[in-house]
Amino acid sequence: MTVLSLQNVTKSFGQMEIIRGVTLDVPQGERHAVIGPNGAGKSTLFNLISGRFPISSGSIRLEDREISGLQPYEINRRGLSRSFQVTNIFPRLSVYENIRCAVLWSLGYKYSFWRGVNGLVDARERSEDIMERIGLASRRRDQAGVLTYAEQRALEIGITIAGGARVILLDEPMAGMSRSETENAVALVRKVTEGKTLLMVEHDMGVVFGIADRISVLVYGKIIASDTPQRIRENAAVKEAYLGEAAH
Amino acid sequence: MSALGKILPWIVLAILLAVAPYIFTSGTSHTMLSIMALSIIFALSYNMLLGQTGLLSFGHAVYYGLGGFVAIHAMNTIIRNKYAVPLPVIPLIGGAAGLLFGIVFGSVSTRRAGTVFSMISLGLGELVASSALILRTFFGGEEGITTNRSRLAPFFGYKFGPQIEVYYLIACWCFVCILLMYAITRTPFGRMCNAVRENPERAEFVGYSARMVRFIAFSLAGLFAGIAGALAALNFEIMNTQSIGAVQSGLVLLMTFVGGAGVFFGPIIGAILITFLQITLSDVTGAWQLYFGLLFILVVMYSPGGIAGWLALHEPLYRGGQLGRLVPAYAINAVPLIIMIAGGILLIELAFWALVKSEGEGPEMSIFHISMNTSSFWHWLVAVVLFLGGAFALRATWPRVQDAWGSAVARLREQPA
Repeated sequence: MTVLSLQNVTKSFGQMEIIRGVTLDVPQGERHAVIGPNGAGKSTLFNLISGRFPISSGSIRLEDREISGLQPYEINRRGLSRSFQVTNIFPRLSVYENIRCAVLWSLGYKYSFWRGVNGLVDARERSEDIMERIGLASRRRDQAGVLTYAEQRALEIGITIAGGARVILLDEPMAGMSRSETENAVALVRKVTEGKTLLMVEHDMGVVFGIADRISVLVYGKIIASDTPQRIRENAAVKEAYLGEAAH
Repeated sequence: MSALGKILPWIVLAILLAVAPYIFTSGTSHTMLSIMALSIIFALSYNMLLGQTGLLSFGHAVYYGLGGFVAIHAMNTIIRNKYAVPLPVIPLIGGAAGLLFGIVFGSVSTRRAGTVFSMISLGLGELVASSALILRTFFGGEEGITTNRSRLAPFFGYKFGPQIEVYYLIACWCFVCILLMYAITRTPFGRMCNAVRENPERAEFVGYSARMVRFIAFSLAGLFAGIAGALAALNFEIMNTQSIGAVQSGLVLLMTFVGGAGVFFGPIIGAILITFLQITLSDVTGAWQLYFGLLFILVVMYSPGGIAGWLALHEPLYRGGQLGRLVPAYAINAVPLIIMIAGGILLIELAFWALVKSEGEGPEMSIFHISMNTSSFWHWLVAVVLFLGGAFALRATWPRVQDAWGSAVARLREQPA
C-alpha cells in the first residue's frame, strides 16, 4: 500500500523552477532514500512534503488524503513528521522538555491550560522512552543548547519520532558527523524507524546503501531513477549524473 | 520536591500579603500596597506575553484600561439600578472585558511574532488611546469617569470604604491571580508557549499552530490585565484615558523587564519596586522619570535578565554552599558603587535644579537634608569627584567579583554531582 504519493509536483521560486515534476510513491514500511548532487532540490522537496512551503502544482497525498496546501502542524497531526538538516530544537529548554513538547499533541493534550503537565503520566512515560531510545536519558535535565553536536542531532531525531508519526522524513541526519558518530546514528535511525515508513535525504553513500530499501536519484528537480540500491549502483545515468561526480 | 516544598512559597506569599498592612501601617502605605498588589497582576499578565511566549507588546495597557473602564461603568450601573452585586465580583467583569478585547485584537495581532507583532501592538495601543479621547461618553474625556465603591451592595457586612478593606480585596485577587498564572505555566499550553518562544517553526512541526498558541496567550494575558484594571478602578474610584495609553504600557514593560522576564516571580519584584519608586520618588524629586529611564538602561546593559535573573544566577552557588565566597567581593564593591550613585544623584539634582527650578526659586536647594547651591563651583566639583571617583574605584574593585565567581564556580565543579 502506498503511504506517501507525489504526482507531478513542481515548485518555482520566482522564475526559477527548483522542483520540475516529481512523481514518487513510497509504500508502507519502506525505507526510501533521496540522493542527488548539491542544489538538486532534495531539501526543497522535503519542505514541500512537510508543508513548510506551498507547492506550485501537482499533488501530494498522505495515506490517500491530499496534504498539499495544509499547514505544517496539520500535516504533522496526520502522521507525518520531519527532521531538519540544520539542527532545529528548542535550545533553552531541557532535553526532557524538548521531547515532551513533541509528544503532547499526539497524546491529545492540545492547548489545554487547565491541567498540570507534570501529572500527565503517559506524556512522561513516552518522553522517558524516547530519551532512552536516543541515548539522552542521562542528559534529561541539561539545556538542549549545551549538548554536543552529535547529541543535538540525536535530539533532533528524538523530537521527530516522539509524536509517533507513521511517516518519518529525515533531512541529512548524519550531516557533519564523524565516522564513529555516523555509525551510531545509522543504528539509531534503524532502531527508531522500525515498522515506520522512512524517507531520508543523505549525502553519505555508505549510509544510504546501508539503510535504504529503495533509492531515488534527484537531479535538477527531477527524479531520474528510483530503484533498489543494487540497481541504482549499476544505473548508467545515475553514475554519470551523481555517483561519478562524487567519485572525483 | 516534597509536597511541603511546593506549598510553602504560597503559604509565605499569603502570610506576606496578610501582614503587610500591619508592618506598614500608615494610610499612604495601605494605598501603596494596594497599587503594588494590582500592579503585580498587571506585570505578570504582561509576562505571559514577554517572558513566556516571547511577544514584546507595546500596548498592553489597552486591556488594563478597557477592563478598568468597563468595570467602572459596571459599578455605576449597579449603583444606579441597585443590583445586589457586591464589589469583590467587579474584577470578574473587568477580566471578561480584558479577555474579550484580547480575543478581538489578538486575532489580528498574533498572526505574526517578532517585530510585526510589536508594531501592531503599538498601533492598536495608539488607536485605542486616541479613540478614548474622542469617545467622551464612555471614557469621560479629560476628567475621566468616577464612581463610589462604597455604594455597592455590602459583602458580608463590608462596604469597602476604608483603604485597608480594599487592600485585602485586592490582595485576595492578587493571590488567586498569581496562583492561576503560575499554574498556567505548568500546563501543556504553558510549556508550548515556551516552545513557541524558543522556536516557533519547530513547534509547528510537532503539531502546534504557533499562531494559536500566541493567540491563546494573548487572550489570557488580556483577561488578567482586565482584572488588574478593574482592581485599579475600584481602588482609585476613577479611570481616565492615561491608564489606557502608551505611558502605562511602557510602565508595565519597565516593571516586567527590571524585575526579570525570564523567571516567573521576576515581574512581582519589578511591580513592587517600580510602584514604590513611582510613588516615593515623585515626591522627592522632579527628575523621577529620568531615574526610571536610567534604571531601565542600566538593567538592559548590565543585567538583561532583570533583578530576578541576577538572583537566579546565584541559585546554583547557594545550593552548592558557595554563596559565602561572593560576600566579601560584593561588600568591597558596594562602597565605590554607593559613592558613584550618590555622586550621580547629586549631579542629576544639581542639573535639574539649575535648569528647571533655579530661575523661580533661586540657587539654594537641599538634597538628603544637605544644603547645596547650584551657583557654587565647589558643589558641582564635589558631585563630579564623587561620581567619577566611585566609577574608577569600581573598575579597580570589579575584578574581585569576577575572581570570587570564578573560584566559587570552580569549587562547585569539583563537588560530586
